Amino acid sequence: MEASLRAQRTAALLIFAFLSLLAVSSSAAQEIQILNAERRIDLSSQIAIVFLTLKVENTGKAAASEVLLSFPPTEADHLAEVKAQAASGKKRKKTHVPLDVKPTDVPDAPKGAKCFRIALLNPLSPGETSTIEVLYMLTHSMEPFPAEISQSEPQLVYYRDSAYILSPYRIKQQTTFIKTPSTNVLSFSRVEPTNRAGMELKYGPYEDRPAYSFSPVLVHFENNNPFAVVEELVREVEISHWGNLQITEHYTLAHGGAKLKGVFSRVDYQSRPGASGVSSFKNLLARLPARVHSVYYRDEIGNISSSRLRTDSRKSELEIEPRYPLFGGWKSTFVIGYGLPLEDFLFESTDGKRYLNFTFGCPLSGTVVDKLTVKVVLPEGSKDPSAVVPFPVEQHMETKYSYLDVVGRPVLVLEKKNVVPEHNTLFQVYYSFNPVFMLAEPLMLVSTVFFLFAACVAYLHIDVSIRKR
Amino acid sequence: MASPESAVNGPTMTAGAASKSLRNAFGGVIAFIILVLIGVLAFSIRLFSVIKYESVIHEFDPYFNYRVTQFLSKNGIYDFWNWFDDRTWYPLGRVIGGTVYPGLTLTAGTIWKVVNSLNIPLSVETVCVFTAPIFSAFASWAAYLLTKEVKGPGAGLTAAALLAMVPSYISRSVAGSYDNEAVAIFALVFTFYLYIKTLNTGSLFYATLNALAYFYMVCSWGGYTFIINLIPMHVLLCIVTGRYSSRLYIAYAPLVVLGTLLASLVPVVGFNAVLTSEHFASFLVFIIIHVVALAYYIKGILSPKMFKVAVTLVVSVGLAVCCAVIAILIAVVASSPTKGWSGRSLTLLDPTYASKYIPIIASVSEHQPPTWPSYFMDINVLAFLVPAGIIACFMPLTDSSSFVILYIVTSVYFSGVMVRLMLVLAPAACILSGIALSEAFNVLTRSIKFQLPGIAGNPSIAVRMWRIMSTSKENGSSTVVAPNDIPKTEEAAKEKPAKKNRKKEKENVEKKPTPSKTEKRLLVLPLEASVIAVLLLVLLGAFYVVHCVWAAAEAYSAPSIVLTSHSNDGGLHVFDDFREAYSWLSHNTDVDDKVASWWDYGYQTTAMANRTVLVDNNTWNNTHIATVGTAMSSPEKQAWEIFHSLDVKYVLVVFGGVVGYPSDDINKFLWMVRIGGGVFPHIKEPDYLRDGQYRIDAQATPTMLNCLMYKLSYFRFVETDGKGFDRVRRTEIGKKHFKLTHFEEVFTTHHWMVRIYKLKPQRNRIRGKTKKSKSSRSVSSKRDVRGKRNPWH
Repeated sequence: MEASLRAQRTAALLIFAFLSLLAVSSSAAQEIQILNAERRIDLSSQIAIVFLTLKVENTGKAAASEVLLSFPPTEADHLAEVKAQAASGKKRKKTHVPLDVKPTDVPDAPKGAKCFRIALLNPLSPGETSTIEVLYMLTHSMEPFPAEISQSEPQLVYYRDSAYILSPYRIKQQTTFIKTPSTNVLSFSRVEPTNRAGMELKYGPYEDRPAYSFSPVLVHFENNNPFAVVEELVREVEISHWGNLQITEHYTLAHGGAKLKGVFSRVDYQSRPGASGVSSFKNLLARLPARVHSVYYRDEIGNISSSRLRTDSRKSELEIEPRYPLFGGWKSTFVIGYGLPLEDFLFESTDGKRYLNFTFGCPLSGTVVDKLTVKVVLPEGSKDPSAVVPFPVEQHMETKYSYLDVVGRPVLVLEKKNVVPEHNTLFQVYYSFNPVFMLAEPLMLVSTVFFLFAACVAYLHIDVSIRKR
Repeated sequence: MASPESAVNGPTMTAGAASKSLRNAFGGVIAFIILVLIGVLAFSIRLFSVIKYESVIHEFDPYFNYRVTQFLSKNGIYDFWNWFDDRTWYPLGRVIGGTVYPGLTLTAGTIWKVVNSLNIPLSVETVCVFTAPIFSAFASWAAYLLTKEVKGPGAGLTAAALLAMVPSYISRSVAGSYDNEAVAIFALVFTFYLYIKTLNTGSLFYATLNALAYFYMVCSWGGYTFIINLIPMHVLLCIVTGRYSSRLYIAYAPLVVLGTLLASLVPVVGFNAVLTSEHFASFLVFIIIHVVALAYYIKGILSPKMFKVAVTLVVSVGLAVCCAVIAILIAVVASSPTKGWSGRSLTLLDPTYASKYIPIIASVSEHQPPTWPSYFMDINVLAFLVPAGIIACFMPLTDSSSFVILYIVTSVYFSGVMVRLMLVLAPAACILSGIALSEAFNVLTRSIKFQLPGIAGNPSIAVRMWRIMSTSKENGSSTVVAPNDIPKTEEAAKEKPAKKNRKKEKENVEKKPTPSKTEKRLLVLPLEASVIAVLLLVLLGAFYVVHCVWAAAEAYSAPSIVLTSHSNDGGLHVFDDFREAYSWLSHNTDVDDKVASWWDYGYQTTAMANRTVLVDNNTWNNTHIATVGTAMSSPEKQAWEIFHSLDVKYVLVVFGGVVGYPSDDINKFLWMVRIGGGVFPHIKEPDYLRDGQYRIDAQATPTMLNCLMYKLSYFRFVETDGKGFDRVRRTEIGKKHFKLTHFEEVFTTHHWMVRIYKLKPQRNRIRGKTKKSKSSRSVSSKRDVRGKRNPWH
């Protein structure tokens, strides 16, 4: 399985190398060239964070309103987030304006490559230059090799990329920096000029590469950072207009790094904490909103006692330990739940609708979420829910029955794959709600008790005997 | 505890004689409120475990019940009856639907279903955790009803209050202790109440209810045999003492017929309801009561002279027939090896039986006889009040009070045999203590009131008041003393809910002339003595309450899967190793992997880790358990062969040596040896003992130091402190450095309490190893004699 994947990847890389030789360029691409490109790849965690600074020049006749980005298929699957911003001004007084990034199809791009369209604020008139900064993140892009390690071994990973930036444009000059978490780099491909200094690898500068140039490189290095992968996270946000916002988060946590081979020895783990199980992790930090209350941390067989909550006026931090330290390939499931005061998160918009303003992503720091489902449970009787999320998500509606519901509560379900901490941004759910519905359940209870008493009174005053006395 | 009495009496001080009915109504309301409070008390005193620990299922058996309830709530009742569980007793499996008492599961499943149909999202676990406290509230109400039937509402309230917090019952019904006993005690007391109620009223309505209550008891607990033996005993007692009446017949005959029919509907009982010896007493008495009924009937229609002739005739013929029948019965019973009794019942009849023949029953700690301190711990001051209660029951002796006496006598015997049956004793002790306390308060408060200077000046009030007292005391028992009382027969005729009856009955009784004054006056005690006695009784009650709260909070609330200890600086240290291990198993092993462990952990492994186990706490197959015991007490290689032949992939051992957890596998090990040796004679207990002493230090026998249990427990243990000091046995271990050849450690929990090993895969056969395989073949041939347990060779 692993081997065939690798073979596929190499095949893809070869095709790119071949394509780059052809250097077929389209008319659209011809109009723009990149004067200078600098790429900084940060591999110090399990997420590859890439900063790309492009200096773009319009060489065509007409004004250009957009710039294209492209990613090879190996990266396209792992791409979690692409952000772009326009930088203007000199070093100290730089101002950044976020730009709109949308996936797009480019007809002459190499097969499998994924392209994004960055819409510029002001169209670039011929001859003008502009600086664009792009940030993108790749998850699961570091492959453990060897894939299985014993408890005492460090975790080594491969990182694959191209020495040249894959771009639909000709690049005049480019440099790539790769930052590794430690100085222990076992091997790296050389595409001259290549330098290594401490924790940094430098590829380039390369001069004047044609569009879609590609030169695969492989870096093999030690990365003992916790590869905490939440395979599935279901966050349920339940709004109660009685003043509480209840959040329940179901986690399926796994260690995505090199699998543990053979035995797990508690003696070694406890007596030599530095040398044994360096790639394992035993605690995680969840950053929760301020004023959190009734926090619980449990799994399907009961409470997990190893957690600590620190709160101050601005934020709360919940430090959790799974039941056992997680080694490569081990899994664990747990639930975190907490309540929040509603007034911090629910507001009324100008048109009379209410809206919930809440963070989207996973509160555990430094984790990758493969599949995130956010369920917003609205109070019974609310209508017309709609969500505003700053990135594309899948949406659908459900109904949930809870605490004496009759018609059920509308649930807005938002699903997103491949979520990184960068997605911890606010999203809004708008809905309309009539406060009269709040009284439905108390009235129901009151009337039940009333009828019970009425029945008792009636029973005591009616003679139900057949025979007359 | 004095509150019920004072509540009833209090208003009389102010209210005149004209407002008697108001007083009754007021007393009824207060009694109702007290009952509600008793229910709240019974429920809330059992919540210590939730508050101190968490809302979690406790111990071992409750985990099985919880798992069954989960299955029931998920798959429905029909799948439940047909459930064949392949997760346990691998490779045999277990038919769950036909081998469990379904009462508890069905009860909790029904509660869950009702609650969820109201859209209240309670989880199955929450329902299971709180089932026991809810039913203990019911049980105390049932105790109120029962005692009220015997000695009036005052005694009833006292008994209910005592039962609400009796430590013996708390130990089995704290929140999370989701076991059969939790609902069974309610069913037991309620069945007895309905029996007494039928006996007092002669109502067929209550007789039917009684059969249904008995059915619920049969569904809930194997202890139902106690009912079906105790009630016949009481009937027999009544007949022998000349108390036969039509009410007795109505109380008993429908119960046997309907009860037996209903009982045989429960799959786990089935034909046992008519086949096993536990039920024979009821049938025998059933015959006897018919004979007696017939005799009374004939006596009624014949003249005394004719009757004498008839008796001699019938007795001579009847004796012959009886002898023949009994001879056949004895022959049938004697032909079965256990004389038709189950092992546990035999243990009850002969306390030494289990330790002689069935080590697996003897190995369970709750099947041991209790010690004297455990009586004090579990029923506390009730132990001193019970004799007083028995005396109170003799004055006057009625059908119902004789039943209570019989109940206490038998349950005292049973509790003396098995510590677990202390639970059956608890309600009886509470009822009798309730009667004792109530009677004592009755006498004392009456004496005080009679002699109080303010009231003594006006003797007419005092006498009237005291008369009211005595009548209210009478109204429970007087009806029984005079079976042909007018209101009673009237009441028996109509089948009406109890509430109206009670009111009417009270009025009737109060119209009656009260018993003679002179007799009662003798019971008046000196004022000072009464006051002091009342104070002492209150003090006794207070002591009981303090003890019960302490027992509930400290002794009986630990869920046993989570252990806590207080560190020196007052912090709480939690040992959550069991769940750590189970959680690890459930997430990091294949779903069909088989886990071998001693049977104690079987239920927990299937419920929490969802892995297949070889043996569990339902110890139905002694051979299978003995196989595991043999493997644990064999050397590594043989153990590997046994486990491998059973497809075991992981072996789980519990080891307390690091943190000093005493109930670990090393301490249970001798039972494994005994049970294993009981089936496979090559395991001999003396091989593991040095001069009759069980030890694991350097003096231990080589068999001990080489057995699998020792090795799995102490593997690399010496590296923790350099010496290998076992904190449970308080000694250094005998063999410190060794390697495992056939097993590898895959997981050890944080405090080392659970260690999980994996069987190493079978070695490839290499040339030149023939010598070794030959030796192993000789081993296997040895086992072939024992029944071809290892198909691998």
